[in-house]
Amino acid sequence: MLGYSPPPMIDESTVRHVARLARLRLSPEEEQVMQQELSGILGHIDAITSMDLDGVPPTTHVIALENVLRADVPRDSLPREEALREAPDVVDDSFGVPRMD
Amino acid sequence: MALRDLTAAQQLAALAAGETTSLELVDAHLAAVDADPVQAFLAVDADGARARAREIDALPERPPLGGVPIAIKDALSTRDIVTTSGSRMLEGFRPVYTATCVDRLEAAGAIVLGKTNMDEFAMGSSTENSAYQNTLNPWDHERVPGGSSGGSAASVAERQVPWSLGSDTGGSIRQPASLCGIVGMKPTYGAISRYGLIAFASSLDQVGPFARTVEDAALLLRHMVGRDPMDSTSLDWPGEITVPTATDLAGVRVGVVDELMGEGVEPGVRAAVEASLGVMEDLGATVVPVSLPSALSGLATYYVIAPAECSSNLARFDGIRYGHPIPADNLLDQYELTRGELFGPEVKRRIMLGTFALASGYYDQYYGRAQRLRTLIVREFAEAFSGVDLLASPTSPTVAFPLGDRTADPYAMYMADVCTIPVSLAGLPAISLPCGLADGLPVGLQLAGPAFSENRLLDAAHAVEGALAFDTRPPGLMT
Amino acid sequence: MSDFEPVIGVEIHVQLSTHTKMFCGCALSFGDPPNTHTCPVCLAHPGVLPVVNEEAVRRAILIGLALGCEIAPRSIFHRKNYFYPDLPKAYQVSQFDIPICGRGEFVAVRDDGSEIRVGITRAHLEEDAAKLTHLGGRRAGAEESVVDFNRGGTPLVEIVTEPDLRSASDAVTFLRQLRQTLLFLGVSDCSMEEGSMRADANVSIRPVGSHGFGTKTELKNMNSFRFLERGIEAEITRQEGILRDGGRVSQETVHYEPETGHITSLRSKEESHDYRYFPEPDLVPVAPDPGWVGELRGELPELPLALRRRMVGEMGLTAEDAEVLTESPELVAYFMDAAALADPKACANWIRGELRAQLREVGTEPWESRVSPAHIAALVDLLGAGTVSVPAAKEVLAGMIETGEQPDAVVEAKGLAQMDESDLAAVIDALVEANPDQAQQLRDGKDKVIGFFVGQAMKQTNGRADPQAVQRLVRAAVLGD
Repeated sequence: MLGYSPPPMIDESTVRHVARLARLRLSPEEEQVMQQELSGILGHIDAITSMDLDGVPPTTHVIALENVLRADVPRDSLPREEALREAPDVVDDSFGVPRMD
Repeated sequence: MALRDLTAAQQLAALAAGETTSLELVDAHLAAVDADPVQAFLAVDADGARARAREIDALPERPPLGGVPIAIKDALSTRDIVTTSGSRMLEGFRPVYTATCVDRLEAAGAIVLGKTNMDEFAMGSSTENSAYQNTLNPWDHERVPGGSSGGSAASVAERQVPWSLGSDTGGSIRQPASLCGIVGMKPTYGAISRYGLIAFASSLDQVGPFARTVEDAALLLRHMVGRDPMDSTSLDWPGEITVPTATDLAGVRVGVVDELMGEGVEPGVRAAVEASLGVMEDLGATVVPVSLPSALSGLATYYVIAPAECSSNLARFDGIRYGHPIPADNLLDQYELTRGELFGPEVKRRIMLGTFALASGYYDQYYGRAQRLRTLIVREFAEAFSGVDLLASPTSPTVAFPLGDRTADPYAMYMADVCTIPVSLAGLPAISLPCGLADGLPVGLQLAGPAFSENRLLDAAHAVEGALAFDTRPPGLMT
Repeated sequence: MSDFEPVIGVEIHVQLSTHTKMFCGCALSFGDPPNTHTCPVCLAHPGVLPVVNEEAVRRAILIGLALGCEIAPRSIFHRKNYFYPDLPKAYQVSQFDIPICGRGEFVAVRDDGSEIRVGITRAHLEEDAAKLTHLGGRRAGAEESVVDFNRGGTPLVEIVTEPDLRSASDAVTFLRQLRQTLLFLGVSDCSMEEGSMRADANVSIRPVGSHGFGTKTELKNMNSFRFLERGIEAEITRQEGILRDGGRVSQETVHYEPETGHITSLRSKEESHDYRYFPEPDLVPVAPDPGWVGELRGELPELPLALRRRMVGEMGLTAEDAEVLTESPELVAYFMDAAALADPKACANWIRGELRAQLREVGTEPWESRVSPAHIAALVDLLGAGTVSVPAAKEVLAGMIETGEQPDAVVEAKGLAQMDESDLAAVIDALVEANPDQAQQLRDGKDKVIGFFVGQAMKQTNGRADPQAVQRLVRAAVLGD
């Protein structure tokens, strides 16, 4: 071993920013591990960032379907008890959420 | 012969001949499910299954799937039967609706015995990412069954059910089928409705069957394919899935993917696959080498696209409409604590990776490029299929590995799907069938075809299966 | 006189009044008990998938055609990712770089007849969020909020304009006429109060004569045109104050408080938005068949701008008549039916004036009343022929509203036919004789007293007299003119 390790592909502040975007609370230890692991994975993935893809269109769907449309005809909705039955916090027949600041 | 040693087709024949009843079949299999030596099941619906068996036994005419039991991967929504997708996020979650493919099988007379273990939200290749339990490989309880549909694969290999359903995003049916010595098939993208399949990566996810014979896999498949008005990406199935009968491969051109036979493939695996290629030639096939230059970039492409889609698909788990939030006095904390606590490490890793790949400033570099690479892979497969009818490769570069062996190195785990991922990216059908043993453990042969070539694939697999006569009984079940 | 010029663009969200939601079969509803119109799809249960409502696509195309937009031959949906409790999937299915309707233009007309040409940037389809109610006060102070998913998933068309508007009043004129156009298309209820039409304004100012753009702020979600106009004005004034004091406008979302007239900044989020748009893999492209688009073009009704031009140019109406009568498609149809049978200008006067005034008292609209357009035309004809006086015609109209009878039947039943001149002259002579003081005042040049005679004459004749004739006859009797 030469004692050289490549610079991480992703820095700590990016890890924290991404975790916030994804609404994941990571402990400081988790952040550190995540930084190493993501850097490792991105190291493998990074090959794609240098390939010549000029003029190659993106593939969003592998199937050639278009215009899959539904007639505007109502279907039965769920009984309210069913809509709410898995909800952890029911308030006034609605889904409760904590305050938002 | 015990009832649970019968294939599904044999069980159907016994039912038709009046030699057994659905209730007897259900009871015989439930006994094995209750014992569950390989820890394949997360939930068992014994009462529901027995009730349904009695109903079917009372019908004047048996439905096509006759009352034969089945196990369902826990990634598929089943009304009133706890569905967790292997995650604590959905602990105790009772869906209000049933997935279309399960609905169709039940309507055809299949009886759901229970839900099988899986890597959390289908992310993994060993089922060790389940939040609940490890599933053991029936061939060696010290080893993984593969994943993510490890429970469904193990339950069929262990003969707790004759067949089961899995889902395959990058190999989650084919790889565990390979590691457990059974047949597993991923159909053409769009062949089977995804409605009710808890999404991992929407542009890749497909439901498919596990069975011990190619014929059984075909039987299950034929009752699931076809357009579903609830899934905009589902396709009208041209014709129908036929029960395969081929016994030779006369005139069939088979391409062997160079890039998937090289370094990284265990010698024992390569040997078994090469032997089965010889058998295919004996059956009349022409076997030629084929190159898919982008196949090896498939892994990197996949590990951008799948996490990106998963980061969005898993955003709905916020503990408001269902689930078990970690209470906090403001919303942001509750979101972050709940998701930080209830998702396992691999799921968090992929959400992070995918969020990063889609984030402003990185999209073009990662997600945008991955989608273009996907185009190249699609094109290469199309080109390959202009010269051959089928492509052959190992399903997994290795046989089943020991539990815990790869959990410390995410990328080593990702390598388990290196042979299956390119086919997934191209949306093509592929089947894995057991083709021999290496060190006493099963090796899988992957056959892939162009879109909608399921019948061709099933026929070819049937012919190879007949010639190889692989014994699907794990050593522990030999009597 | 300001040295600054406002630059305003608007974004309008229009809820489509389809039967079902954008991506599932739940019925749309207003005012039903919470969470009674939901299903696994619009609650974002695990494993569900969206399917596009065809009628929503049809209406989006109609809107695009009415706004002169290019209809994209192939458009796709994207996911817009952000966490909020009213967004159950934590992404909104919307459109991003290939919206269904591309560039267009809408022409609005000011009261003075001058035109406001507003470029349409795009119009795209998306789904509405659910209704979030904050218990116990405003957002920040609320202890808890509750979510009702009935509204969640309602089809929306978002229309985005170029920054082509130069005043708050132009912005509101544009929005009113846009709303009118949407009502004529029958695509939405367009109710600002109920939130089926919502407008945000992007406001910036720049030195007069400059062509660059200043920093813009987004004025959010005003629920009436009046508040929107005031809000934009207040925001312009605020920005002018900042610039005059040598400050800089910061890019932010602002809110107008109608009670105080103040602009407040909505607390800026601690992180900048990063919506991570990517193509929605669960949906396939919408590629409207050109034949279908052509059919829809043929289905477009005559729109308010064209109608108003025709009413003024060909039918002799004033701009104001035209504006009032194009208020709603129903009113236009009513007027057009009447105008086909009688003098259009007279029909316009009677419909927008007396008919609506009388009906307002009983709380109904012309097209819902017992008075048909043909009856209005018949009444106009009676007036034109001199069969009834104007005051009598008003009474006839009251009778028509009450009974639904033809005007001539009402005239006969109530004896409202205009008196002939010799009978009227006798009435006037008697009146002059009975009121010598008033007659003297008239002789003394107090012309206003003529009104007294008219009033008395109308009373005695039960309105059957022609007021013009009364005046003439009184002058003749008193002054010998």
